Amino acid sequence: MEELTFAAALADLASMAPEIWQACRETALMLAVGLAAAITLGGPLGIVLYLSQPGQLFANRWVHGLLGWTVNLVRSFPFIILMVSLVPLTRLIVGSTIGPVAAAVPLSFAAIPYFARLVEQTLREIPRGVVEAAEAMGASPLQIIVKVLLNEARSGLISSLTILTISFLSYSAVAGVVGGGGIGDLAIRYGYYRFQTDVMVAMVLLLVLIVQIIQFVGNRLAARLDKR
Amino acid sequence: MIHLQNICKRFRRPDGGWFDAVCDTSLSIAAGEVFGLIGFSGAGKSTLLRLINLLERPDSGAVIVAGQDLTALDAKALRRARQQLGMVFQQFNLMANRTVAGNIAFPLEIAGWSAADIASRVAECLEIVGLTDRAGHYPAQLSGGQKQRVGIARALAPRPKVILADEPTSALDPKTTQSILDCLKDINQRFGVTVVIVTHEMHVVRSICHRAAVLDAGRVVEVVEVNGAEVDARSALARSLLEAA
Ligand SMILES: Nc1ncnc2c1ncn2[C@@H]1O[C@H](COP(=O)(O)OP(=O)(O)O)[C@@H](O)[C@H]1O
Ligand SMILES: [Mg+2]
Repeated sequence: MEELTFAAALADLASMAPEIWQACRETALMLAVGLAAAITLGGPLGIVLYLSQPGQLFANRWVHGLLGWTVNLVRSFPFIILMVSLVPLTRLIVGSTIGPVAAAVPLSFAAIPYFARLVEQTLREIPRGVVEAAEAMGASPLQIIVKVLLNEARSGLISSLTILTISFLSYSAVAGVVGGGGIGDLAIRYGYYRFQTDVMVAMVLLLVLIVQIIQFVGNRLAARLDKR
Repeated sequence: MIHLQNICKRFRRPDGGWFDAVCDTSLSIAAGEVFGLIGFSGAGKSTLLRLINLLERPDSGAVIVAGQDLTALDAKALRRARQQLGMVFQQFNLMANRTVAGNIAFPLEIAGWSAADIASRVAECLEIVGLTDRAGHYPAQLSGGQKQRVGIARALAPRPKVILADEPTSALDPKTTQSILDCLKDINQRFGVTVVIVTHEMHVVRSICHRAAVLDAGRVVEVVEVNGAEVDARSALARSLLEAA
């Protein structure tokens, strides 16, 4: 292996720019699909989990118990095993098991119950009395969900989404290695299998930078929305 | 205006047994009256108040408000009936992420008012409680007394026939307490709104109530009349509450 100089490493990385850009797009795609699934399906699931718990608007021990149990079940799978177990489902939905779109299936599957729990927990922080005041004013369940619960929890929901995004950036790297592509995959392929340490270091730095940016933006937004 | 007829409400105890929070209670409150519910802690005052707008559903008995038996209504009709019953809470229960104006607008949005009507009614209510200059503030930026004024303005906004207040001054200092009581009294006198107020303090009864029910262990022991600041009490419990004040 040749001696690695900083200049050589930069030239090396520059020559790989198109591939790095491609990896970033793949990661962004995996994250976008996973987060979209988390918000559209995990969000409502979290709301139902919250509303069905004892003492809440639609307290129902059976619904709450069944949903909670299912969420725990999916969440107890190590992600890599979830991915492998979902191969048949992925093939059914996407028609392939390779590529970022295919990797997005297990990612979504893991993201939905994860986000549902985060939403449930965030909603629990709203004082019961505030919801009760809305009930006393004659608000309908839908009005309570949209105008009270989601609005009062908005800052916490943004924080939850930030946590989810960062976790799933790292999950997407795992998914990448098993054929999904993306930044993590690039780091492993070049850095681990081909001993190009410079690529690995550059990709890790890139991930560090992305995580910092996501957290920074999430914190700023959450703070701005929080009037408590 | 409000007729409670043979109301019973029991709660499950942790040991599995039943606890009668309100038993076989009947009460009539006239339109335009300021009516107190007084008693020691745990007497069932809050439960009785919450039975009036069916936040607690009675196990038996009828709750008749403005000629309508609320227990007979379906969910939608009950929501419409509740829009005629404002409620004020000890802990204010304002929405932290809405401004003062936004909080007062909330019941009007719920009731489907137009944006223009909401704006002018919110301005009126802010004026009534003396918070016009705080319209754009958030609850976190207000004092306890100001928060309760917002709570009152919010309850008043949809022009209700009745306002239910659960210990509205118990989280406030004595001076602020008086100003909140004056505010409720003013609303009662100017708009003829019937006010039902829960309290454990006889001085609250003295200062704004026309009559008050003395509660103990889920039952009405006595309904006292208030003449000026004189409370005409017969029961031992009412007398002990008078002495405590
Ligand atoms: N949701 C509930 N579940 C069980 N017990 C309750 C509930 N609400 C009130 N109680 C009980 O009913 C009794 C009366 O409560 P409450 O009406 O709040 O009293 P007060 O307002 O006079 O202090 C208390 O002993 C209380 O513990
Ligand atoms: Mg009480």
